[in-house]
Order: sequence, then structure tokens, then C-alpha cells
Amino acid sequence: MSATEAPPAPAEPQEPVLRKPSTRKRLVPYWLLLPGILWLLVFFALPLVYQASTSVQTGSLEQGFEVTWHFQTYVDALREYYPQFIRSLLYAGTATILCLLLGYPLAYLIAFKAGRWRNLVLVLVIAPFFTSFLIRTLAWKTILADGGAVVDLLNTLHVLDVTSWLGWTESGRVLATPMAVVCGLTYNFLPFMILPLYTSLERIDGRLHEAAGDLYATPATTFRKVTFPLSMPGVVSGTLLTFIPASGDYVNAELLGSTDTKMVGSVIQSQFLRVLDYPTAAALSFILMAIVLLAVTVYIRRSGTEDLV
Amino acid sequence: MPVLRWIRRNLVVIAGLLTLAYMILPNIVVMVFSFNKPKGRFNYSWQQFSLEAWKDPCGVADLCGSLSLSLQIAFWATLGATALGTMIAFALVRYRFRARGAINSLIFLPMAMPEVVMAASLLTLFLNMGAQLGFWTVLIAHIMFCLSFVVTAVKARVMSMDPRLEEAARDLYAGPVQTFVRVTLPIAAPGIAAGALLAFALSFDDFIITNFNAGSTVTFPMFVWGSAQRGTPVQINVIGTAMFVIAVLMVLVGQLIASRRKSNARN
Repeated sequence: MSATEAPPAPAEPQEPVLRKPSTRKRLVPYWLLLPGILWLLVFFALPLVYQASTSVQTGSLEQGFEVTWHFQTYVDALREYYPQFIRSLLYAGTATILCLLLGYPLAYLIAFKAGRWRNLVLVLVIAPFFTSFLIRTLAWKTILADGGAVVDLLNTLHVLDVTSWLGWTESGRVLATPMAVVCGLTYNFLPFMILPLYTSLERIDGRLHEAAGDLYATPATTFRKVTFPLSMPGVVSGTLLTFIPASGDYVNAELLGSTDTKMVGSVIQSQFLRVLDYPTAAALSFILMAIVLLAVTVYIRRSGTEDLV
Repeated sequence: MPVLRWIRRNLVVIAGLLTLAYMILPNIVVMVFSFNKPKGRFNYSWQQFSLEAWKDPCGVADLCGSLSLSLQIAFWATLGATALGTMIAFALVRYRFRARGAINSLIFLPMAMPEVVMAASLLTLFLNMGAQLGFWTVLIAHIMFCLSFVVTAVKARVMSMDPRLEEAARDLYAGPVQTFVRVTLPIAAPGIAAGALLAFALSFDDFIITNFNAGSTVTFPMFVWGSAQRGTPVQINVIGTAMFVIAVLMVLVGQLIASRRKSNARN
């Protein structure tokens, strides 16, 4: 309301947007936010503080733990468990790349080629979710079993000789090797890659493809210059939704792997729930969080899509 | 070679269908092995056809108890997360207020964090408070991690809503409550439903956070985890298959009703 205008009579109807809201109305958003935000503060943010404090405590279960600013725990934890950290990042990274390579054609198929089958294929992508993922992961024990059809086929084709040479498998078997763990991770997180990819591919205007074709672009060039760049938001959020949970996962490593394939999640779990060495567990968990948050921030910055959420 | 040319032309479709097969294969295995009669404790290799497990799905101790516990937790967690999440989503889209950036990151962070970190830190909180681990701690944890997903789902829907519809309702002398119940809520409903479904699925199938915070309480995923060590009863596969079939049937019926409605509306 500018000062040059005559002050409006109180009874005159005004634009509702310009009316200064009453205090009660101004508080509405805070009342709406309060319960949920409080929940997140108490049960998400506060625990992180507690965990940070636990990680610098010393003591024992019997005598209790005390904050002694013992940062050595971090050094010791890293020194002892760095193979598990590297393994986690390696397995999660490999699974993410595999998810992208496997998921992209399927997302593309649903978005552009499925036609009247689109809904059916989408249902088939989501449907496996309804069987508990632990049961489905256990099914891989059957599929990859020694002497099973898959392993026999891979042996006949001498694929396992190659993978054994690379260190992915051992002595002609797949179960209890890195390959089984990565295979399980890839399988478990594929839908998290496919759905965002599909959403961003589906938004692409089909006429852009026609235009590229009219300008003598080959299908490969069209894909490289038009489709793929436009699907980048889906690629970024898909890789994040795959990598983040995969890096902390211990289910696949425990069910399909061996002691040589333990990931950092397994260590945190056993330190917390079995060994009951809370400071080490908290330190490990904190390092994992720092690594993942750092990687995610750098990745989002570099890919230039900051408005993901 | 015409065959090679056909393959080259349909490379995307073939690759996509192979991925689909990779995703469906374990479900088929689970289904087939629900009819198995295993030797020994583990149901990993095919022995002979049997309907035993289907006739007695609760025949294993604690299995159906854990299933019903999981359903209860998922129900309450969905209710809680959907209510709190919807309120946050409306506040974020409809109002201006301070600390918006901080609140946005507080909602985003739980989704950008490995589950094991949230699980471990929540356990340190519960241990420090001396809380009794069990139903309530699991429920608290589930509401916490489902909340962000509900907010994201509802926010997307409310954001695409035309505000003029509500203005029109007010112009037609609808009060604020009436406008909300008769106009705003029905339009936002698909987003809220999507958020609720997601929360239910996430809660029902959650393992890592539950594993840390359940104490000796056994949810269905915890039961499956334990059985992977002790011996996997065929009944697990029966329940996995039943859930799969029920869900697919529900989706198909929903589709059928939707297409019926559409054709009815057209006539």
C-alpha cells in the first residue's frame, strides 16, 4: 500500500493478499510445522548429537561411559576397519553404476516404447516391493547356488574364470563372493533408480526427438545430445537414491557374502548390538555419515541440479 | 542378417526386458519354492512339490505373530507420518515463515543418510534415556523416517494445485473449514494417499532401523532375518507370495475401476 494513496476506508474490501494477517493467522504455519518438526528434531537430530557425544566417550558397559574427548577412537576405528569402508564404497559404487546401466533401458522402454503396456510394466517394476526384500534377497541364495543353473552356465561359458581372475568370484562359485553381494545390492536398489529415471524421461517432449531426426541426427546422436541431457535430473536423483542406502547396507553382505565381503554396516551393527562397544560403533557410524554427506554434496554441486527436493 | 538387424533395432527393448526379468526372477523363485518340501531346515534347493505350507501358513511358531505386529506398526506409523507430513507439506507450500531453509534441510537429511546411521544414533538416544526397546521405540523410529517421504509426496501434489479453486470456494461463501474439507482436501488426496502408501510399504518392509531399535520384539522382517540363520520355513515363501499376489490384484482392480469410471464418464 503506497503512502500517496488516500488511506482506504476500513469497510472497503481489500485484496486478501495485501491484508495484514492477524497474529492468529500468522501463527498457522508454525502450528502446522510444530509436531512434525519436533519429531524430527527429537528423534533424528538429537540422536546425532548423542551419537557424536558417544563417539568421544570412554568406559565400559559395567562402569558406564563418560565423555573424555577421546578422539583416538576415530583413528583406531579407521585403522582397524578401513577395508570395510573401502569395500562399502566400492560395492555401493559398482552397484550404482550397474543400476544405471540396467535401469536406463527399462526406464526408456516404459517411457517411450511400452505404449499400451506401460502401466503393466510399471506395475511389474513396483510389484516385487510387496514381497519383503529379505525374502527376495534369500531367493538369490537359491538362484546363485553352487551347482545351480546360473553358476553352471557361467562355468560353461568360462565367465567365472574371468571373474575369478579379477577377484570377483572364487573357485567357480558365486555365493559368498563380492559378485554375489554386488548382484544383490544392484537387485535391491534397481527400482530406486528406475522410478526417478522414468519420471524425468516421461517429461521429455516427444517432438524434440522428431526435431532431432528432422535435423539429420542419428538415433545415437539424438540420445547423446537430447534425451540423455534432459534426463539428468533423473540420473542424479536415481544414483543418489541407490548409492546412499547401498553404502550403509549390511543385509546383502551378510546374507549373500562371506566374512571377506563384510561392509561397514555389518561392523556398525555388530559393534552396537553384539560387541556393545558403543564409542567405536558411534565413531564408525559418524565417519560413514560424513563420507556419504560429503560425496552427495560434491556430486550435487558438480551435476548442477541443486533443486532436487 | 535379418536377425541381427532386428536385434539392433530393438536393442533398447531387449535390454529393458532383460532388466525386468532380473527384477522379477527372485519373486518367481519365492513363489515356486513356496510349494517345496525341503530336506533339512533350509529351503534353498528344490526337493518335491507339496502344498503343506499353503495349508498351514501359520504352522511355524511366532511367524504370524510377527506378521501381525508388522502390520500394526505399519498401520500406526502410516497414520502418524501421514498426519504430521501432510501438515508440514501444507505449511511449506502455502505459507511464508522464518527458517524455511533449515526446515527444508531437516526434512531432506533423513533421506540422504544411510539407514544404519539413523538406526545407530537413535539407539544411542534410547539407551541414554533408558527407554525400554520394543513396540514403541520401533513405532517412533518408523514415523521418523517415513515422515520425509510423505512430505515430499504431498508437497508435489499441493504445489501443482490451482489456488484459484480455493479462492472460488471462498467467493462462494465457503468458510475456511468448509473450503479445506470440500475443496483442498479432495484435490490433495491423491498426494496424501501416495505418501501414505509409501509410508506403509517403507515401514512394513523396514529391517535395519528395526533391527537396532526393536530389542527383543520380532517384526516380520526380523523373523525372516532370524530364520536365515536358524533355518528358513517354507511358510515365509507362502506369506511373501500371498502379499505379492494380493498387492498385484489390488492394483489390477484399482486400474479396472479407474478405467470403468473413465468410460462411464465419457458416455
